[in-house]
Amino acid sequence: MSVLLELQGVTAFYGAIQALKGIDLVVNEGEIVTLIGANGAGKSTLMMTICGTPAARDGRIIYDGTDIHAMPTHEIMRRRIAQSPEGRRIFARMSVYENLLMGAHGGDQVAAAQTMEQVFVMFPRLKERRDQRGGTLSGGEQQMLAIGRALMSRPRLLLLDEPSLGLAPLVSKAIFAAIKALNRTTGLTVLLVEQNAVQALKLAHRGYVLVNGAITMQGTGAELLARPEIRAAYLEGGH
Amino acid sequence: MAYALQQLINGITLGMIYGLIAVGYTMVYGIIGMINFAHGDVFMIGAFLSLIALTGLGMLGITYVPLALFLTLIFAAGIAALYGWTIERVAYRPLRGSFRLAPLISAIGMSIALQNFAQVAQGARDKNLPELIPGGFKIFEENGFVVQLSWMQIVITVVTVALLGLFTWLVTKTSLGRAMRACEQDMKMTSLLGIDVNRTIGLTFVIGAALAAVAGLLFLLYYGSINFYIGFNAGVKAFTAAVLGGVGSLPGAVIGGLAIGLIEAFWSGYASVEYKDVAAFSVLIVVLIFMPTGLLGRADVEKV
Ligand SMILES: Nc1ncnc2c1ncn2[C@@H]1O[C@H](COP(=O)(O)OP(=O)(O)OP(=O)(O)O)[C@@H](O)[C@H]1O
Ligand SMILES: [Mg+2]
Repeated sequence: MSVLLELQGVTAFYGAIQALKGIDLVVNEGEIVTLIGANGAGKSTLMMTICGTPAARDGRIIYDGTDIHAMPTHEIMRRRIAQSPEGRRIFARMSVYENLLMGAHGGDQVAAAQTMEQVFVMFPRLKERRDQRGGTLSGGEQQMLAIGRALMSRPRLLLLDEPSLGLAPLVSKAIFAAIKALNRTTGLTVLLVEQNAVQALKLAHRGYVLVNGAITMQGTGAELLARPEIRAAYLEGGH
Repeated sequence: MAYALQQLINGITLGMIYGLIAVGYTMVYGIIGMINFAHGDVFMIGAFLSLIALTGLGMLGITYVPLALFLTLIFAAGIAALYGWTIERVAYRPLRGSFRLAPLISAIGMSIALQNFAQVAQGARDKNLPELIPGGFKIFEENGFVVQLSWMQIVITVVTVALLGLFTWLVTKTSLGRAMRACEQDMKMTSLLGIDVNRTIGLTFVIGAALAAVAGLLFLLYYGSINFYIGFNAGVKAFTAAVLGGVGSLPGAVIGGLAIGLIEAFWSGYASVEYKDVAAFSVLIVVLIFMPTGLLGRADVEKV
Protein backbone atom coordinates (compact mmCIF):
# COMPACT_ATOMS: atom_id res chain seq x y z
CA MET A 1 0.00 0.00 0.00
CA SER A 2 1.36 3.40 -0.88
CA VAL A 3 1.00 6.42 1.33
CA LEU A 4 -1.40 8.98 -0.14
CA LEU A 5 -1.41 11.53 2.67
CA GLU A 6 1.06 12.02 5.47
CA LEU A 7 1.04 14.67 8.17
CA GLN A 8 4.27 15.26 10.06
CA GLY A 9 4.24 17.43 13.17
CA VAL A 10 1.42 19.63 11.91
CA THR A 11 0.33 22.55 14.07
CA ALA A 12 -2.47 25.03 13.45
CA PHE A 13 -3.59 28.17 15.21
CA TYR A 14 -6.64 30.42 15.39
CA GLY A 15 -4.99 33.68 16.34
CA ALA A 16 -3.18 32.84 19.55
CA ILE A 17 -5.15 29.66 20.23
CA GLN A 18 -3.35 26.49 19.23
CA ALA A 19 -5.85 23.98 17.84
CA LEU A 20 -3.44 21.31 16.54
CA LYS A 21 -0.34 20.41 18.52
CA GLY A 22 1.95 18.41 16.29
CA ILE A 23 -0.16 15.90 14.40
CA ASP A 24 1.43 12.83 12.82
CA LEU A 25 -0.98 10.87 10.68
CA VAL A 26 -0.88 8.61 7.65
CA VAL A 27 -3.60 7.71 5.18
CA ASN A 28 -2.75 5.01 2.66
CA GLU A 29 -4.15 4.86 -0.81
CA GLY A 30 -7.45 2.98 -0.81
CA GLU A 31 -7.97 3.20 2.95
CA ILE A 32 -10.83 4.48 5.03
CA VAL A 33 -9.34 6.21 8.07
CA THR A 34 -11.46 7.70 10.81
CA LEU A 35 -10.70 10.41 13.29
CA ILE A 36 -12.57 10.36 16.57
CA GLY A 37 -12.48 12.74 19.48
CA ALA A 38 -14.61 14.84 21.78
CA ASN A 39 -16.17 18.15 20.82
CA GLY A 40 -13.52 20.78 20.37
CA ALA A 41 -10.70 18.24 20.05
CA GLY A 42 -9.64 19.69 16.71
CA LYS A 43 -11.08 17.18 14.24
CA SER A 44 -12.62 19.75 11.91
CA THR A 45 -9.53 21.91 12.21
CA LEU A 46 -7.41 18.98 11.09
CA MET A 47 -9.65 18.41 8.06
CA MET A 48 -9.47 22.09 7.17
CA THR A 49 -5.73 22.34 7.74
CA ILE A 50 -5.18 19.56 5.21
CA CYS A 51 -7.00 21.90 2.79
CA GLY A 52 -4.89 24.87 3.79
CA THR A 53 -7.51 26.90 5.69
CA PRO A 54 -6.21 27.55 8.30
CA ALA A 55 -2.80 26.70 6.88
CA ALA A 56 -0.47 24.57 8.97
CA ARG A 57 2.04 26.71 10.82
CA ASP A 58 4.69 24.05 11.36
CA GLY A 59 5.23 20.59 10.00
CA ARG A 60 4.61 19.09 6.62
CA ILE A 61 1.59 17.74 4.80
CA ILE A 62 2.68 15.40 2.06
CA TYR A 63 0.07 14.42 -0.46
CA ASP A 64 0.97 12.14 -3.31
CA GLY A 65 4.64 12.93 -2.81
CA THR A 66 4.30 16.73 -2.68
CA ASP A 67 4.37 18.99 0.36
CA ILE A 68 1.12 20.92 0.09
CA HIS A 69 1.03 22.64 3.47
CA ALA A 70 1.94 26.09 2.18
CA MET A 71 -0.21 26.02 -0.95
CA PRO A 72 -3.35 28.11 -1.30
CA THR A 73 -6.56 26.16 -0.71
CA HIS A 74 -7.76 26.14 -4.30
CA GLU A 75 -4.48 24.65 -5.51
CA ILE A 76 -4.62 21.92 -2.91
CA MET A 77 -8.19 21.04 -3.86
CA ARG A 78 -7.32 20.88 -7.54
CA ARG A 79 -5.11 17.90 -6.75
CA ARG A 80 -8.26 15.83 -6.49
CA ILE A 81 -8.89 16.31 -2.81
CA ALA A 82 -12.50 17.03 -1.91
CA GLN A 83 -14.12 17.90 1.38
CA SER A 84 -17.67 17.68 2.60
CA PRO A 85 -17.17 20.12 5.46
CA GLU A 86 -18.70 20.45 8.89
CA GLY A 87 -21.94 22.40 8.68
CA ARG A 88 -22.45 21.29 5.06
CA ARG A 89 -21.89 24.78 3.61
CA ILE A 90 -24.39 24.37 0.81
CA PHE A 91 -24.81 27.38 -1.48
CA ALA A 92 -28.24 28.41 -0.27
CA ARG A 93 -29.16 30.58 -3.25
CA MET A 94 -28.20 28.01 -5.85
CA SER A 95 -30.21 25.05 -7.03
CA VAL A 96 -29.24 21.48 -6.21
CA TYR A 97 -28.08 21.13 -9.79
CA GLU A 98 -25.86 24.22 -9.57
CA ASN A 99 -24.45 23.14 -6.22
CA LEU A 100 -23.41 19.87 -7.80
CA LEU A 101 -21.91 21.65 -10.81
CA MET A 102 -19.84 23.74 -8.41
CA GLY A 103 -18.25 20.50 -7.25
CA ALA A 104 -17.09 19.79 -10.80
CA HIS A 105 -15.79 23.29 -11.42
CA GLY A 106 -13.11 23.49 -14.09
CA GLY A 107 -13.63 19.90 -15.19
CA ASP A 108 -15.13 18.87 -18.50
CA GLN A 109 -18.88 18.94 -18.87
CA VAL A 110 -19.47 15.45 -20.20
CA ALA A 111 -17.64 13.87 -17.28
CA ALA A 112 -19.58 16.14 -14.91
CA ALA A 113 -22.89 15.00 -16.37
CA GLN A 114 -21.88 11.36 -15.93
CA THR A 115 -20.71 11.85 -12.37
CA MET A 116 -23.92 13.68 -11.59
CA GLU A 117 -25.92 10.70 -12.78
CA GLN A 118 -23.92 8.51 -10.40
CA VAL A 119 -24.58 10.92 -7.56
CA PHE A 120 -28.29 10.82 -8.40
CA VAL A 121 -28.22 7.02 -8.28
CA MET A 122 -26.63 7.21 -4.86
CA PHE A 123 -29.04 9.91 -3.63
CA PRO A 124 -32.28 9.69 -5.64
CA ARG A 125 -33.68 12.36 -3.34
CA LEU A 126 -31.34 14.90 -4.91
CA LYS A 127 -32.60 14.06 -8.37
CA GLU A 128 -36.18 14.75 -7.30
CA ARG A 129 -35.07 18.09 -5.92
CA ARG A 130 -32.75 18.98 -8.76
CA ASP A 131 -34.10 22.51 -9.26
CA GLN A 132 -34.88 23.34 -5.66
CA ARG A 133 -32.75 25.97 -3.94
CA GLY A 134 -30.09 24.54 -1.65
CA GLY A 135 -31.20 26.72 1.25
CA THR A 136 -34.70 25.23 1.28
CA LEU A 137 -33.57 21.58 1.47
CA SER A 138 -34.00 19.70 4.73
CA GLY A 139 -30.90 19.18 6.85
CA GLY A 140 -30.53 15.60 5.69
CA GLU A 141 -30.97 16.53 2.06
CA GLN A 142 -28.34 19.22 2.46
CA GLN A 143 -25.97 16.64 3.88
CA MET A 144 -26.54 14.41 0.85
CA LEU A 145 -25.92 17.39 -1.37
CA ALA A 146 -22.68 18.25 0.43
CA ILE A 147 -21.40 14.71 -0.06
CA GLY A 148 -22.63 14.61 -3.65
CA ARG A 149 -20.93 17.92 -4.39
CA ALA A 150 -17.66 16.60 -2.97
CA LEU A 151 -17.93 13.51 -5.17
CA MET A 152 -18.51 15.60 -8.29
CA SER A 153 -14.80 16.31 -8.66
CA ARG A 154 -14.07 12.55 -8.76
CA PRO A 155 -11.66 12.89 -5.86
CA ARG A 156 -8.82 10.61 -4.97
CA LEU A 157 -8.99 11.67 -1.34
CA LEU A 158 -12.37 12.43 0.19
CA LEU A 159 -12.56 14.26 3.51
CA LEU A 160 -15.90 13.78 5.24
CA ASP A 161 -16.63 15.82 8.36
CA GLU A 162 -19.60 14.33 10.21
CA PRO A 163 -21.51 13.11 7.17
CA SER A 164 -24.25 11.52 9.26
CA LEU A 165 -24.98 14.61 11.35
CA GLY A 166 -28.70 15.24 11.49
CA LEU A 167 -29.61 12.22 9.41
CA ALA A 168 -32.19 9.61 10.27
CA PRO A 169 -30.49 6.30 11.22
CA LEU A 170 -31.64 4.67 8.02
CA VAL A 171 -30.26 7.44 5.83
CA SER A 172 -27.03 7.55 7.75
CA LYS A 173 -26.67 3.79 7.27
CA ALA A 174 -27.23 4.24 3.56
CA ILE A 175 -24.54 6.91 3.42
CA PHE A 176 -22.04 4.71 5.19
CA ALA A 177 -22.89 1.87 2.83
CA ALA A 178 -22.36 4.19 -0.11
CA ILE A 179 -18.97 5.30 1.19
CA LYS A 180 -17.93 1.70 1.67
CA ALA A 181 -19.09 0.79 -1.82
CA LEU A 182 -17.20 3.68 -3.37
CA ASN A 183 -14.09 2.69 -1.47
CA ARG A 184 -14.39 -0.93 -2.60
CA THR A 185 -15.24 -0.34 -6.23
CA THR A 186 -13.21 2.74 -7.07
CA GLY A 187 -10.49 2.60 -4.45
CA LEU A 188 -11.51 6.02 -3.14
CA THR A 189 -9.45 6.99 -0.11
CA VAL A 190 -11.50 8.45 2.74
CA LEU A 191 -10.67 10.39 5.88
CA LEU A 192 -13.76 10.41 8.02
CA VAL A 193 -14.71 12.42 11.11
CA GLU A 194 -17.73 11.03 12.86
CA GLN A 195 -19.64 11.55 16.09
CA ASN A 196 -20.98 8.05 15.85
CA ALA A 197 -17.71 6.37 16.74
CA VAL A 198 -19.01 2.78 16.67
CA GLN A 199 -20.29 3.09 13.15
CA ALA A 200 -17.13 4.87 12.04
CA LEU A 201 -14.73 2.40 13.60
CA LYS A 202 -16.64 -0.52 12.13
CA LEU A 203 -16.44 1.03 8.70
CA ALA A 204 -12.84 2.20 8.83
CA HIS A 205 -9.68 0.26 8.25
CA ARG A 206 -7.85 2.34 10.82
CA GLY A 207 -8.58 5.10 13.26
CA TYR A 208 -6.93 7.87 15.24
CA VAL A 209 -8.10 9.37 18.52
CA LEU A 210 -7.65 13.10 18.88
CA VAL A 211 -7.63 14.73 22.31
CA ASN A 212 -7.07 18.46 22.71
CA GLY A 213 -5.30 18.88 19.43
CA ALA A 214 -2.99 15.87 19.78
CA ILE A 215 -3.26 12.25 18.74
CA THR A 216 -3.34 9.93 21.74
CA MET A 217 -4.14 6.57 20.19
CA GLN A 218 -4.23 4.83 16.88
CA GLY A 219 -4.93 1.38 15.54
CA THR A 220 -7.20 -0.64 13.34
CA GLY A 221 -10.93 -0.11 13.71
CA ALA A 222 -11.32 -3.38 15.55
CA GLU A 223 -8.42 -2.64 17.91
CA LEU A 224 -9.78 0.72 18.87
CA LEU A 225 -13.27 -0.64 19.32
CA ALA A 226 -11.88 -3.16 21.80
CA ARG A 227 -9.98 -0.61 23.93
CA PRO A 228 -11.82 -0.05 27.22
CA GLU A 229 -10.78 3.62 27.45
CA ILE A 230 -12.30 4.27 24.03
CA ARG A 231 -15.47 2.50 24.95
CA ALA A 232 -15.72 4.60 28.08
CA ALA A 233 -14.97 7.93 26.43
CA TYR A 234 -16.63 7.76 23.03
CA LEU A 235 -18.88 4.76 22.80
CA GLU A 236 -20.90 4.42 25.95
CA GLY A 237 -20.51 7.62 27.95
CA GLY A 238 -20.29 9.87 24.94
CA HIS A 239 -23.77 9.38 23.60
CA MET B 1 -48.54 65.08 -22.83
CA ALA B 2 -45.95 65.50 -25.55
CA TYR B 3 -43.59 67.10 -23.08
CA ALA B 4 -44.05 64.24 -20.63
CA LEU B 5 -43.34 61.70 -23.35
CA GLN B 6 -40.15 63.53 -24.23
CA GLN B 7 -39.05 63.49 -20.60
CA LEU B 8 -39.84 59.79 -20.47
CA ILE B 9 -37.55 59.14 -23.45
CA ASN B 10 -34.80 61.28 -21.98
CA GLY B 11 -35.18 59.67 -18.58
CA ILE B 12 -34.94 56.15 -19.95
CA THR B 13 -31.80 57.03 -21.87
CA LEU B 14 -30.19 58.52 -18.81
CA GLY B 15 -31.39 55.60 -16.71
CA MET B 16 -29.68 53.14 -19.05
CA ILE B 17 -26.34 54.81 -18.44
CA TYR B 18 -26.88 54.83 -14.67
CA GLY B 19 -27.97 51.20 -14.79
CA LEU B 20 -24.80 50.19 -16.61
CA ILE B 21 -22.70 51.83 -13.91
CA ALA B 22 -24.91 50.51 -11.11
CA VAL B 23 -24.25 46.93 -12.19
CA GLY B 24 -20.61 47.38 -11.20
CA TYR B 25 -21.52 48.62 -7.71
CA THR B 26 -23.99 45.85 -7.20
CA MET B 27 -21.68 43.05 -8.32
CA VAL B 28 -18.79 44.14 -6.19
CA TYR B 29 -21.04 44.71 -3.21
CA GLY B 30 -22.62 41.32 -3.75
CA ILE B 31 -19.30 39.54 -3.68
CA ILE B 32 -17.18 41.31 -1.11
CA GLY B 33 -19.75 43.44 0.68
CA MET B 34 -17.86 46.59 -0.13
CA ILE B 35 -18.98 49.77 -1.82
CA ASN B 36 -16.38 50.49 -4.45
CA PHE B 37 -16.43 54.28 -4.32
CA ALA B 38 -13.84 54.47 -7.06
CA HIS B 39 -16.25 52.87 -9.52
CA GLY B 40 -17.72 56.19 -10.65
CA ASP B 41 -14.22 57.37 -11.40
CA VAL B 42 -13.55 54.32 -13.53
CA PHE B 43 -16.59 55.46 -15.51
CA MET B 44 -14.96 58.89 -15.84
CA ILE B 45 -11.67 57.30 -16.93
CA GLY B 46 -13.66 55.28 -19.46
CA ALA B 47 -15.12 58.47 -20.88
CA PHE B 48 -11.65 60.00 -21.25
CA LEU B 49 -10.26 56.83 -22.78
CA SER B 50 -13.11 56.99 -25.30
CA LEU B 51 -12.32 60.59 -26.11
CA ILE B 52 -8.64 59.79 -26.57
CA ALA B 53 -9.48 56.82 -28.78
CA LEU B 54 -11.91 58.79 -30.92
CA THR B 55 -9.42 61.61 -31.34
CA GLY B 56 -6.67 59.17 -32.18
CA LEU B 57 -8.78 57.29 -34.69
CA GLY B 58 -9.75 60.60 -36.25
CA MET B 59 -6.08 61.46 -36.73
CA LEU B 60 -5.48 58.05 -38.27
CA GLY B 61 -8.23 58.80 -40.72
CA ILE B 62 -10.66 56.19 -39.45
CA THR B 63 -13.79 58.25 -39.65
CA TYR B 64 -16.40 55.66 -40.54
CA VAL B 65 -18.48 56.16 -37.38
CA PRO B 66 -19.64 52.59 -36.62
CA LEU B 67 -16.08 51.26 -36.99
CA ALA B 68 -14.57 54.09 -34.96
CA LEU B 69 -17.12 53.57 -32.19
CA PHE B 70 -16.58 49.84 -32.13
CA LEU B 71 -12.81 50.22 -31.86
CA THR B 72 -13.26 52.89 -29.21
CA LEU B 73 -15.53 50.64 -27.22
CA ILE B 74 -13.00 47.80 -27.28
CA PHE B 75 -10.15 50.14 -26.37
CA ALA B 76 -11.96 51.93 -23.53
CA ALA B 77 -13.45 48.75 -22.06
CA GLY B 78 -10.11 46.96 -22.29
CA ILE B 79 -8.03 49.64 -20.63
CA ALA B 80 -10.68 50.36 -18.01
CA ALA B 81 -10.78 46.63 -17.23
CA LEU B 82 -7.07 46.88 -16.54
CA TYR B 83 -7.76 49.80 -14.21
CA GLY B 84 -10.43 47.75 -12.45
CA TRP B 85 -8.09 44.83 -11.93
CA THR B 86 -5.27 47.05 -10.72
CA ILE B 87 -7.48 48.96 -8.30
CA GLU B 88 -8.67 45.75 -6.73
CA ARG B 89 -5.17 44.34 -6.61
CA VAL B 90 -3.42 47.31 -5.02
CA ALA B 91 -6.12 49.03 -3.00
CA TYR B 92 -8.57 46.34 -1.84
CA ARG B 93 -7.04 42.89 -1.87
CA PRO B 94 -4.32 43.68 0.67
CA LEU B 95 -7.04 44.90 3.03
CA ARG B 96 -9.28 41.89 2.74
CA GLY B 97 -9.80 40.40 6.16
CA SER B 98 -8.95 43.71 7.77
CA PHE B 99 -11.58 45.75 9.62
CA ARG B 100 -14.67 46.59 7.61
CA LEU B 101 -14.05 50.28 7.09
CA ALA B 102 -10.51 49.86 5.78
CA PRO B 103 -11.37 49.01 2.16
CA LEU B 104 -14.02 51.74 2.17
CA ILE B 105 -11.48 54.36 3.15
CA SER B 106 -9.09 52.94 0.60
CA ALA B 107 -11.84 53.20 -2.03
CA ILE B 108 -12.42 56.88 -1.27
CA GLY B 109 -8.68 57.45 -1.51
CA MET B 110 -8.60 55.65 -4.83
CA SER B 111 -11.49 57.77 -6.08
CA ILE B 112 -9.67 61.00 -5.21
CA ALA B 113 -6.46 59.68 -6.76
CA LEU B 114 -8.20 58.86 -10.04
CA GLN B 115 -9.88 62.27 -10.17
CA ASN B 116 -6.63 64.06 -9.57
CA PHE B 117 -4.86 61.90 -12.08
CA ALA B 118 -7.44 62.77 -14.74
CA GLN B 119 -7.30 66.43 -13.79
CA VAL B 120 -3.53 66.54 -14.12
CA ALA B 121 -3.40 64.45 -17.27
CA GLN B 122 -6.39 65.96 -19.07
CA GLY B 123 -6.80 69.36 -17.51
CA ALA B 124 -9.63 70.70 -15.42
CA ARG B 125 -11.66 72.23 -18.21
CA ASP B 126 -14.51 70.52 -20.04
CA LYS B 127 -13.45 68.53 -23.08
CA ASN B 128 -15.82 68.47 -25.98
CA LEU B 129 -16.66 66.08 -28.74
CA PRO B 130 -18.68 66.98 -31.81
CA GLU B 131 -21.87 65.04 -32.30
CA LEU B 132 -21.04 61.73 -33.95
CA ILE B 133 -24.50 60.21 -34.18
CA PRO B 134 -26.75 63.04 -35.29
CA GLY B 135 -30.42 63.02 -36.19
CA GLY B 136 -33.36 60.98 -35.10
CA PHE B 137 -37.07 60.51 -35.46
CA LYS B 138 -39.87 62.88 -34.95
CA ILE B 139 -42.33 60.73 -33.01
CA PHE B 140 -45.20 63.15 -32.96
CA GLU B 141 -46.03 66.78 -32.60
CA GLU B 142 -48.51 68.50 -30.32
CA ASN B 143 -49.17 72.23 -30.21
CA GLY B 144 -45.87 72.86 -31.90
CA PHE B 145 -43.90 70.71 -29.43
CA VAL B 146 -42.01 67.97 -31.24
CA VAL B 147 -41.26 64.71 -29.47
CA GLN B 148 -37.87 63.48 -30.61
CA LEU B 149 -36.23 60.11 -30.40
CA SER B 150 -32.65 60.55 -31.44
CA TRP B 151 -30.43 57.91 -32.99
CA MET B 152 -28.12 58.44 -30.07
CA GLN B 153 -30.85 57.46 -27.64
CA ILE B 154 -31.59 54.35 -29.65
CA VAL B 155 -27.92 53.41 -29.70
CA ILE B 156 -27.64 53.89 -25.95
CA THR B 157 -30.68 51.74 -25.29
CA VAL B 158 -29.66 48.98 -27.67
CA VAL B 159 -26.08 48.81 -26.43
CA THR B 160 -27.17 48.80 -22.79
CA VAL B 161 -29.85 46.17 -23.22
CA ALA B 162 -27.47 43.96 -25.21
CA LEU B 163 -24.70 44.27 -22.62
CA LEU B 164 -27.03 43.63 -19.72
CA GLY B 165 -28.39 40.59 -21.52
CA LEU B 166 -24.90 39.28 -22.13
CA PHE B 167 -23.93 39.98 -18.58
CA THR B 168 -27.02 38.29 -17.13
CA TRP B 169 -26.22 35.23 -19.21
CA LEU B 170 -22.66 35.29 -17.90
CA VAL B 171 -23.76 35.44 -14.28
CA THR B 172 -26.58 32.92 -14.44
CA LYS B 173 -25.32 30.37 -16.94
CA THR B 174 -21.54 30.23 -17.11
CA SER B 175 -19.07 28.65 -14.77
CA LEU B 176 -17.44 32.01 -14.07
CA GLY B 177 -20.85 33.38 -13.12
CA ARG B 178 -21.48 30.45 -10.80
CA ALA B 179 -18.08 31.00 -9.22
CA MET B 180 -18.95 34.66 -8.67
CA ARG B 181 -22.24 33.78 -7.01
CA ALA B 182 -20.51 31.13 -4.94
CA CYS B 183 -17.93 33.64 -3.69
CA GLU B 184 -20.79 35.92 -2.78
CA GLN B 185 -22.32 33.22 -0.57
CA ASP B 186 -19.35 31.43 0.99
CA MET B 187 -15.78 32.22 -0.02
CA LYS B 188 -14.22 29.52 2.09
CA MET B 189 -16.42 26.82 0.60
CA THR B 190 -15.75 28.19 -2.85
CA SER B 191 -12.02 27.81 -2.37
CA LEU B 192 -12.61 24.29 -1.02
CA LEU B 193 -14.03 23.48 -4.44
CA GLY B 194 -10.79 24.42 -6.15
CA ILE B 195 -11.83 27.90 -7.21
CA ASP B 196 -9.37 30.77 -6.95
CA VAL B 197 -11.42 33.29 -4.98
CA ASN B 198 -9.00 36.18 -5.54
CA ARG B 199 -9.07 35.64 -9.27
CA THR B 200 -12.87 35.51 -9.27
CA ILE B 201 -13.08 38.77 -7.33
CA GLY B 202 -10.51 40.34 -9.66
CA LEU B 203 -12.58 39.32 -12.67
CA THR B 204 -15.66 40.86 -11.09
CA PHE B 205 -13.85 44.18 -10.92
CA VAL B 206 -12.66 43.73 -14.48
CA ILE B 207 -16.16 43.16 -15.80
CA GLY B 208 -17.66 45.97 -13.73
CA ALA B 209 -14.99 48.37 -14.96
CA ALA B 210 -15.53 47.38 -18.59
CA LEU B 211 -19.26 48.06 -18.27
CA ALA B 212 -18.54 51.40 -16.61
CA ALA B 213 -16.23 52.32 -19.48
CA VAL B 214 -18.97 51.59 -22.00
CA ALA B 215 -21.23 53.82 -19.93
CA GLY B 216 -18.48 56.44 -20.10
CA LEU B 217 -18.38 56.21 -23.89
CA LEU B 218 -22.17 56.51 -24.12
CA PHE B 219 -22.13 59.49 -21.76
CA LEU B 220 -19.47 61.20 -23.85
CA LEU B 221 -21.45 60.65 -27.03
CA TYR B 222 -24.73 61.75 -25.46
CA TYR B 223 -23.56 64.92 -23.74
CA GLY B 224 -20.55 65.67 -25.93
CA SER B 225 -18.71 67.10 -22.98
CA ILE B 226 -16.80 65.55 -20.07
CA ASN B 227 -14.50 66.59 -17.24
CA PHE B 228 -12.61 64.90 -14.43
CA TYR B 229 -15.53 65.37 -12.06
CA ILE B 230 -18.32 63.54 -13.92
CA GLY B 231 -17.46 60.31 -12.11
CA PHE B 232 -18.53 61.65 -8.76
CA ASN B 233 -21.95 62.79 -9.84
CA ALA B 234 -22.78 59.84 -12.05
CA GLY B 235 -21.22 57.52 -9.49
CA VAL B 236 -23.41 58.68 -6.63
CA LYS B 237 -26.49 58.43 -8.82
CA ALA B 238 -25.61 54.96 -10.02
CA PHE B 239 -24.94 54.02 -6.43
CA THR B 240 -28.36 55.39 -5.52
CA ALA B 241 -29.78 53.28 -8.33
CA ALA B 242 -28.07 50.19 -6.92
CA VAL B 243 -29.40 50.88 -3.43
CA LEU B 244 -32.88 51.62 -4.74
CA GLY B 245 -32.93 48.40 -6.75
CA GLY B 246 -31.49 46.45 -3.85
CA VAL B 247 -27.71 46.12 -3.61
CA GLY B 248 -26.64 42.72 -4.86
CA SER B 249 -29.50 42.40 -7.35
CA LEU B 250 -28.71 42.70 -11.05
CA PRO B 251 -32.22 43.40 -12.33
CA GLY B 252 -32.51 45.73 -9.35
CA ALA B 253 -29.56 47.77 -10.61
CA VAL B 254 -31.23 48.26 -13.98
CA ILE B 255 -34.63 49.09 -12.54
CA GLY B 256 -33.00 51.43 -10.02
CA GLY B 257 -31.05 53.09 -12.84
CA LEU B 258 -34.21 53.64 -14.86
CA ALA B 259 -36.00 55.01 -11.80
CA ILE B 260 -33.24 57.51 -11.05
CA GLY B 261 -33.04 58.51 -14.72
CA LEU B 262 -36.77 59.13 -14.83
CA ILE B 263 -36.87 61.03 -11.55
CA GLU B 264 -34.06 63.23 -12.76
CA ALA B 265 -35.66 63.85 -16.17
CA PHE B 266 -39.10 64.66 -14.80
CA TRP B 267 -37.72 66.76 -12.00
CA SER B 268 -35.66 68.79 -14.48
CA GLY B 269 -38.65 69.02 -16.79
CA TYR B 270 -41.28 70.09 -14.28
CA ALA B 271 -39.52 71.42 -11.20
CA SER B 272 -36.05 72.80 -11.54
CA VAL B 273 -32.96 71.80 -13.44
CA GLU B 274 -30.71 73.28 -10.79
CA TYR B 275 -32.06 70.92 -8.16
CA LYS B 276 -32.11 67.72 -10.20
CA ASP B 277 -29.20 66.26 -8.27
CA VAL B 278 -30.91 67.08 -5.02
CA ALA B 279 -33.94 65.11 -6.18
CA ALA B 280 -31.83 62.06 -6.96
CA PHE B 281 -29.94 62.22 -3.68
CA SER B 282 -33.13 62.72 -1.69
CA VAL B 283 -34.25 59.42 -3.12
CA LEU B 284 -31.10 57.81 -1.76
CA ILE B 285 -31.80 59.13 1.73
CA VAL B 286 -35.46 58.14 1.68
CA VAL B 287 -34.66 54.66 0.41
CA LEU B 288 -31.92 54.15 2.97
CA ILE B 289 -34.28 55.13 5.76
CA PHE B 290 -37.47 53.37 4.73
CA MET B 291 -36.40 50.56 2.41
CA PRO B 292 -32.81 49.64 3.21
CA THR B 293 -33.00 46.41 1.20
CA GLY B 294 -34.30 48.24 -1.87
CA LEU B 295 -36.95 47.17 -4.35
CA LEU B 296 -35.52 43.76 -5.21
CA GLY B 297 -33.23 43.30 -2.24
CA ARG B 298 -33.22 39.72 -1.18
CA ALA B 299 -35.14 38.55 1.80
CA ASP B 300 -32.87 35.94 3.26
CA VAL B 301 -34.89 32.88 4.07
CA GLU B 302 -32.46 30.06 4.37
CA LYS B 303 -31.35 27.40 6.76
CA VAL B 304 -28.05 27.87 8.46
N1 LIG C 1 -12.65 29.92 13.57
C1 LIG C 1 -12.20 29.66 14.81
N2 LIG C 1 -11.70 30.67 15.57
C2 LIG C 1 -11.24 30.42 16.82
N3 LIG C 1 -11.23 29.22 17.39
C3 LIG C 1 -11.71 28.19 16.69
C4 LIG C 1 -12.23 28.35 15.37
N4 LIG C 1 -12.65 27.16 14.92
C5 LIG C 1 -12.40 26.29 15.91
N5 LIG C 1 -11.85 26.90 16.98
C6 LIG C 1 -11.42 26.26 18.23
O1 LIG C 1 -10.50 25.23 17.92
C7 LIG C 1 -10.76 24.08 18.70
C8 LIG C 1 -10.99 22.88 17.81
O2 LIG C 1 -12.20 23.07 17.08
P1 LIG C 1 -12.73 22.03 16.02
O3 LIG C 1 -13.86 22.65 15.33
O4 LIG C 1 -11.59 21.58 15.19
O5 LIG C 1 -13.22 20.84 16.95
P2 LIG C 1 -13.94 19.48 16.56
O6 LIG C 1 -13.09 18.39 17.07
O7 LIG C 1 -14.28 19.46 15.14
O8 LIG C 1 -15.26 19.59 17.45
P3 LIG C 1 -16.77 19.11 17.14
O9 LIG C 1 -16.84 17.66 17.45
O10 LIG C 1 -17.58 19.90 18.09
O11 LIG C 1 -17.07 19.41 15.72
C9 LIG C 1 -11.95 24.42 19.57
O12 LIG C 1 -11.47 24.76 20.85
C10 LIG C 1 -12.59 25.59 18.90
O13 LIG C 1 -13.18 26.44 19.83
MG1 LIG D 1 -16.01 19.46 14.07
